[in-house]
Amino acid sequence: MSTVFPLAAAASQTSLWMFLTFVAATLVITWYSARKSSGANAYFAAGRRITGWQNGLAVAGDYMSAASFLGIAGMIAMNGYDGFMYSVGFLVAYLTVLFIVAEPLRNAGKYTMADVLAYRLKPRPVRAAASLSTLTVSIFYMIAQMVGAGVLVRQLIPGVSYELAVIGVGILMVVYVVFGGMLATTWVQIIKAVLLMGGSILLSILVLQRYGFDLGKFFSSLTAITSTTADGQSVTRNFLTPGLIFKNPWDQISLGMALLLGTAGLPHILIRFYTVPDAKTARASVVWAMLIIGLFYIMTTFFGFGAASLLGPDHIAANGGTNMAAPQLARFLGGEIFFAFICAVAFATILAVVAGLTISASTSFAHDFFVNVLHHGKEQKPGEEVRVARITAFVVGALSIVIAIVLGPSVNVAFLVGLAFAVAASANLPVMLFSLYWKRFNTAGAVTGLLVGLASSIVLILVSPDFMKNPLFPLKNPALVSVPLGFLGAWLGTILSREKPDEAKFTELMVRANTGLGAEKASAH
Amino acid sequence: MLSPHGDQDLTPAVGSQTDIAPLGCRGAKPGHERTADEDIDPVQWDRIAKDTDFKALVRRKMRLIVPATIFFIVYYFLLPIGVGWFPGLMEKKVWGDVNLAYAYALSQFFMAWILAAIYVAAAAGWDKSEHALLRKFGVEHK
Repeated sequence: MSTVFPLAAAASQTSLWMFLTFVAATLVITWYSARKSSGANAYFAAGRRITGWQNGLAVAGDYMSAASFLGIAGMIAMNGYDGFMYSVGFLVAYLTVLFIVAEPLRNAGKYTMADVLAYRLKPRPVRAAASLSTLTVSIFYMIAQMVGAGVLVRQLIPGVSYELAVIGVGILMVVYVVFGGMLATTWVQIIKAVLLMGGSILLSILVLQRYGFDLGKFFSSLTAITSTTADGQSVTRNFLTPGLIFKNPWDQISLGMALLLGTAGLPHILIRFYTVPDAKTARASVVWAMLIIGLFYIMTTFFGFGAASLLGPDHIAANGGTNMAAPQLARFLGGEIFFAFICAVAFATILAVVAGLTISASTSFAHDFFVNVLHHGKEQKPGEEVRVARITAFVVGALSIVIAIVLGPSVNVAFLVGLAFAVAASANLPVMLFSLYWKRFNTAGAVTGLLVGLASSIVLILVSPDFMKNPLFPLKNPALVSVPLGFLGAWLGTILSREKPDEAKFTELMVRANTGLGAEKASAH
Repeated sequence: MLSPHGDQDLTPAVGSQTDIAPLGCRGAKPGHERTADEDIDPVQWDRIAKDTDFKALVRRKMRLIVPATIFFIVYYFLLPIGVGWFPGLMEKKVWGDVNLAYAYALSQFFMAWILAAIYVAAAAGWDKSEHALLRKFGVEHK
């Protein structure tokens, strides 16, 4: 949809200035962190000196992407209740992170998820496979965000082309990661999370104000929303009724599985737990993140349904489409300045998420692949690991700029995000669970599990309704099948190989994961 | 290979804080230079793992984590199952115009927060046992 809606030049100017202020602030932080930080601990894990609430905000910032903010608001605004079901899964997923992953990871690992996977197995094959799945998740997710960024900027600021927007976002994210490392990336996330929460709270309050802060009245207004169907007929629907867009319940179950198990396998979320001093702080940061993420997704009720009832689906469709529901609502409620603010928040959101993805990709490549697979865990020269990570960040940034431009603005990228969650759930999570809790687990099992999970997710997406007119696989998200396949692969690989598990190492991992003995320390000032 | 600096540690000269063995260092490090990790006797892992207090700690963790995980997975999937196969039930109004589908979806947020709070409260107890355990083995981390 390339509707150019009437936009006062002043608003786009204001929006641009607000965005530039954000960029300037984040560049100052980057400059400051670059001056301060030296060494691998500082570059990859911010010296492990981030506090609980700071990391909670950063995790939330990494997680609440433009797809959540603009996408879910838009889905609820256009089709009601079904969009809200996404919101639920995004939060509940953090219980998996809290219960199973965060503390053992912080206790037993160093910079990446693979540190824990490879702990008691043969490190080279496991790290190579884990690095492959990390890079796949990060790069797919990033391309989705970059294409989204290009489309949005073009809609928000007329005059800026898709290509220019993609290049601008790409350059900024590379600057944050290459020069500022994890410390700068963390602060970019924190600022963005605060801005996004501020914008959402304000938007929600303004919506409720229209109903005199009477929740009953607010929900009553949703029972009869009129919109025009594709064939030009006018229909009135109750937007609180489930099933207005999702017709196949299995789709919902499969998606739920990807969210619930995939979040705990998302590399850019997991590396955040290495930035805090100890497992206790990692736990506290998950709780902070859950509070912030929960409040945010509950508020999608107000700005999503609010846009449906105050603007109506037809108005949104005619003024920029689904993704513009939240910004359009802001304009309706708070005028041009508020519209500009929400647009700037959306930019900040995209920028922060791509920076987080870039650093997770480059950390995995440098730490897992370069140092541990190619050079058997030893740097050839001091500081080499960090240098490789910086170069990788540069390459990853350039690569995603090129891919995003080649794919162009019209490609459907929603499936890339679904794919990232599905790969994380099917490849990373089974192997992580087994390596923490199953004594018999071995290298063959880990490599098979990672590769089967990765391959089955990709293949099933390629034959799904998103890709084929006559799909071979009926579900939009592969998790329902690919997650059991990932577990099966890890189990079969283990029992079919004759390799003996290293029991002493398993004992060590158990003690480390449960007590934090010998865990990586925060660096001194 | 002969180094012009002899046994001197070159790391400070390079100016980079790395986490690999210091350059040019031969033999064991003096006690004050060892990291917490290196301070631990390898035999220790096995002794801790066999300790009854450690086993009790792990069992206590599992007693909460396993049922809580099963609970939240069931609670969560009841939402898509209910919405998908029992739409009549889920469309029943429970408060004004709010139907069961929305109310149940909203309840998931509070379910997640409450479970997180229970976990954190229990984990405070685990932290105490963990400290006692490490003190017993003389390997306390601050």
